[in-house]
Amino acid sequence: MSSEALTPSSSGPEWVLPSRGRVGMFSLIAAESAVFTIFVVAYIFYLGKSVSGPTPKDVLELPIFATICLLSSSLTIHLAVRSLRQARVGAFGLWWFVTMALGTIFLVGTGREWRHLIYNKGLTVSTNLFGTTYYSLVGLHAFHVTVGLLLIALALIFTLLGKVKPEHSERAEVFSLYWHFVDVVWVVVFTVVYIIGR
Amino acid sequence: MSSEAIAFTTVGQDTRPISERLHDWIVTVDHKKLGILYILYGLVFLVLGGIEATIMRIQLIVPHNHFVSPQVFNRMFTMHGTTMIFFVVMPLLFGFGTYLIPLMIGARDMAFPRLNAFSFWMTAFGGVLLYFSFIGGYGLYGAGNAPDVGWFAYAPLTARAFSPGHSTDFWTLALLISGIGSIGTAVNFITTILSMRCPGMTLGKMPLLAWLNLIMGGMVILALSPLTAAQIMLSIDRYLGGHFFDTQAGGSAVLWMHFFWIFGHPEVYILVVPAFAFVSEIIPVFSRKPIFGYPIMVAATICIGFISFSVWAHHMFTVGMSSYGNTFFTVTSMIIAVPTGIKIFNWLGTMWGGKIQFKAPMLFCVGFLFQFLIAGLTGIMLATSPFDWQLGNSYFVVAHFHYVIVGAILFTIFGAFYYWFPKMSGRMYSEALAKWHFWLFFIGFHLTFDFMHIPGILGMPRRIYTYEPGRGWEIWNLIVTIGVLFQIFGVLAFLGNPLWSFWKGELGGNDPWDAWTLEWSTTSPPPDYDFAVTPVVRSRRPLWDRKHPDDPDWKYE
Amino acid sequence: MKCSEHTRGLSLRAAGIAVLQGDVLFAARLCSGAPLAPGQIPSIFKPQSTPANSIFHLSLLVLAITGLIFVVVFSLLVYVVAKFRKRDIDDTCEPPQVYGSNQIELAWTVIPILIVLVLFLATARVIRSIQDAPKPSGAIEVIAIGHQFWWEFRYPALGVVTANELHVPVGDASNPTPTFLTLLSADTDHSFWVPQLAGKTDLIPNRVNRTWIEPQQTGLYLGQCAQYCGTQHAKMLLRVYADSPEQFNQWVQRQKNPAINNDAVADGRRIFETTACVNCHAVSGTIADGHFGPDLTHLMSRETIASGAALNTRENLRAWLQNPDSIKPGSLMPAMQLNEKDLDALTAYLLTLR
Repeated sequence: MSSEALTPSSSGPEWVLPSRGRVGMFSLIAAESAVFTIFVVAYIFYLGKSVSGPTPKDVLELPIFATICLLSSSLTIHLAVRSLRQARVGAFGLWWFVTMALGTIFLVGTGREWRHLIYNKGLTVSTNLFGTTYYSLVGLHAFHVTVGLLLIALALIFTLLGKVKPEHSERAEVFSLYWHFVDVVWVVVFTVVYIIGR
Repeated sequence: MSSEAIAFTTVGQDTRPISERLHDWIVTVDHKKLGILYILYGLVFLVLGGIEATIMRIQLIVPHNHFVSPQVFNRMFTMHGTTMIFFVVMPLLFGFGTYLIPLMIGARDMAFPRLNAFSFWMTAFGGVLLYFSFIGGYGLYGAGNAPDVGWFAYAPLTARAFSPGHSTDFWTLALLISGIGSIGTAVNFITTILSMRCPGMTLGKMPLLAWLNLIMGGMVILALSPLTAAQIMLSIDRYLGGHFFDTQAGGSAVLWMHFFWIFGHPEVYILVVPAFAFVSEIIPVFSRKPIFGYPIMVAATICIGFISFSVWAHHMFTVGMSSYGNTFFTVTSMIIAVPTGIKIFNWLGTMWGGKIQFKAPMLFCVGFLFQFLIAGLTGIMLATSPFDWQLGNSYFVVAHFHYVIVGAILFTIFGAFYYWFPKMSGRMYSEALAKWHFWLFFIGFHLTFDFMHIPGILGMPRRIYTYEPGRGWEIWNLIVTIGVLFQIFGVLAFLGNPLWSFWKGELGGNDPWDAWTLEWSTTSPPPDYDFAVTPVVRSRRPLWDRKHPDDPDWKYE
Repeated sequence: MKCSEHTRGLSLRAAGIAVLQGDVLFAARLCSGAPLAPGQIPSIFKPQSTPANSIFHLSLLVLAITGLIFVVVFSLLVYVVAKFRKRDIDDTCEPPQVYGSNQIELAWTVIPILIVLVLFLATARVIRSIQDAPKPSGAIEVIAIGHQFWWEFRYPALGVVTANELHVPVGDASNPTPTFLTLLSADTDHSFWVPQLAGKTDLIPNRVNRTWIEPQQTGLYLGQCAQYCGTQHAKMLLRVYADSPEQFNQWVQRQKNPAINNDAVADGRRIFETTACVNCHAVSGTIADGHFGPDLTHLMSRETIASGAALNTRENLRAWLQNPDSIKPGSLMPAMQLNEKDLDALTAYLLTLR
């Protein structure tokens, strides 16, 4: 017996299921959220428990500028995706590039902050519990930003080569979900590390 | 149009050179081939894990035995546990899921076929890396550098100070890599089930196997990640001088335990929920009745999924939590027994009033019901924390969890194997050999794991390479070891069956069991594209509707 | 499918039940509150101390409830398997298709919830009574420090330091003298488990845990480390001697004395003090003040060496000194490569440390 259609006589309402890309990305985001949650829990648990060495209050300064850049990049990526959906590929490329620039500025800011902490304040991952948990949490986030930037760069190259079309807007939107997630994580990390923890 | 004309390959007719066929398997993104690869992989590691168990049991057959050194024994229990959980049971369950889910929901493949292949190969590589530890690295002691820190690798035993060399790193890296594979598979399962069901198959009409794998996928997403995080932290400790679990610098050994068990407890439910799925498909077919209480079965499993994330510290009743902590985890651990018990009753309700045929798949499911009942009851004993203060970390716990993983989960995997083997291979297995398998394994299982409870009661802790005479443990250890022999013969009968089948098995046809879910509407084995025309369904049992057009299910659901 | 096949299945299943009943009866034999006669086997069901007793009584309730559940569900399973098997091989007619029943579902949801409630309430009481038990004024305080692979016991109020063999007094209702232990670890995780005296509690570095025992009868209680701590976890044994109050006081007095100084073994003592033994071991009243290994001041007052791995005899002691791996492979004491003459002298010295 072949797998013939088991069709009822009337055609029912249209069969609509959630898009694969969105479901897959949300699942991935859930998994990554769980990873970050564990690092945040470790950070909070170890607040005040370092037996020696610098404390957050001693050495941390609010990275306001870098944060503004990163959070704005959520807006610019949203504008990029909207442009692509409206078939304005040029505008898409522009906003996409701005997103990448803002993300890169954030990373550079993190790098400079770390350089300052390591060379001027003597805080490394092995200094004490604060050092371990701080670099791990912020570093994990920076790693996710880096991966995102690499993918943005890849898409930018495709755009410059003229291969990106309006029908790819859904893929761009799925990717933008990841980028928004990275920003939300930063909001949490910023709050825990620079506000609550100090 | 007959199915033979539609199928691209039928049994035994692929005449291309073997190198080309092997290449096909290596680069495949077809969910059916990947499913079979997962299953074969799991079976290979089942044998390796079984050898490790046999070595341990021989060492423990008499007190003060000298079969292996303590160093080798400690590697054996670490590798046995890690292998069986991550490289046997998980691949087997993922394999069946990967094979069956698209077929059961009327899809042509998984949502992300390349991710599917990537996930399999990551898991496969993780296992190979773990076993490379026997020969690679510094090889400080006789058995190379295999991990010897226990499958849960408690800190600070895993710190550089107490575990020099790379044994711990093999453990960490192998599981990190296979963990990425597992998360990939889970993403695939969730997306496939949510986004690729055939028309008419609402969430309330899909087979329980699909539902339970959806729930399992959600659990994997949330549970594997804490393990990944903890392992990253451990590696930072070991290689970058971090102090996450460095008690000398104020770090907490208990924090590792929390992180590990937040993964570890849901993990065992991740292992058992797909086992429930197999039973929920097999019992109805062999009882000739629909599953009793489909909506409750779904709801109960969702409850189990959620509650399983709240019980983790029942593995830590002895670490000195406050009485409030211990009480909380006692409550949650007892509550999870309620939805679990409901499922047992529903399976019994399915069999009630049926016309049960005791073919091999059903035999294993009945074994499952018996053994899972006992496992659940010893679980309740362990959930009462004062009782756990005596029974915990002893052979009673070892007996309990083997009752779950072998007596419940492995039995259902055997049942699933016999049930879907005709679909995957096109041939029937030998029912007589399967029955030998069942009875030999059943006897061996009970000899080993029933009597294993007793040394625990008599004070025998886990993970000891030898024990003192005069504690009264000798006779029980002897019986436990003898049971292993029966299990080995049972597994040999199991492994021999497919070989017999390819040599002498008759063709099974599309639907040898007269079953009701969509996979049985395809040829055996199904064509590469699964369905020539996407099916449209109207009830939970589309083939029942087709076979009983005057009395279809959708009138009653 | 032949009927006979299934009857055989039933009889084998009945055999399974018989085995289980045998297990239960055996377990019942294990259960008794009376002290052990010589040659009898200790178990968690032969408690000899207050916390172990509480656990035992709770466990009886748990076993009764789970036993009842087992009997009910197992009987259902056997009934279903026997009554609803397909009898006629040519019978192709399907049985009535039943999809569920809300009333039944409700019943078998509510009843388990009630059972859980009963169990939980009983359990919560026992948790409190053991964990939050007040410490009477006559309690003995011991600090237990877990090492790889031996136990250090300190009695701060009494000024006693010993290893591996714990002595505690037996009290009575009018003058309770339970022993409250503070549990610490010098290296990795360990667990203090003497089944007849109490449930186990872990010793975790950088964490302070507490437990207590209250033996009711004098005697020797055996236990061992119950948390995997490394290569020789298996031989980190425990011996708890419950003494009468007089015996306990005598023991304490003897332990408080400094080491016996016997000139006849001066040679051995010199070897001890110059062969790096003093880096790890302490002998009070001498220059030896190491803390990595057990205190040896009253080594010969103990019945075993190497944390229970061997009896404390001259031969074993000498073998241990010559090569610890011969008794406990993987123990952290190195073989000091002494020649035969030095070994004899050293052993003779240690034998005087009563």
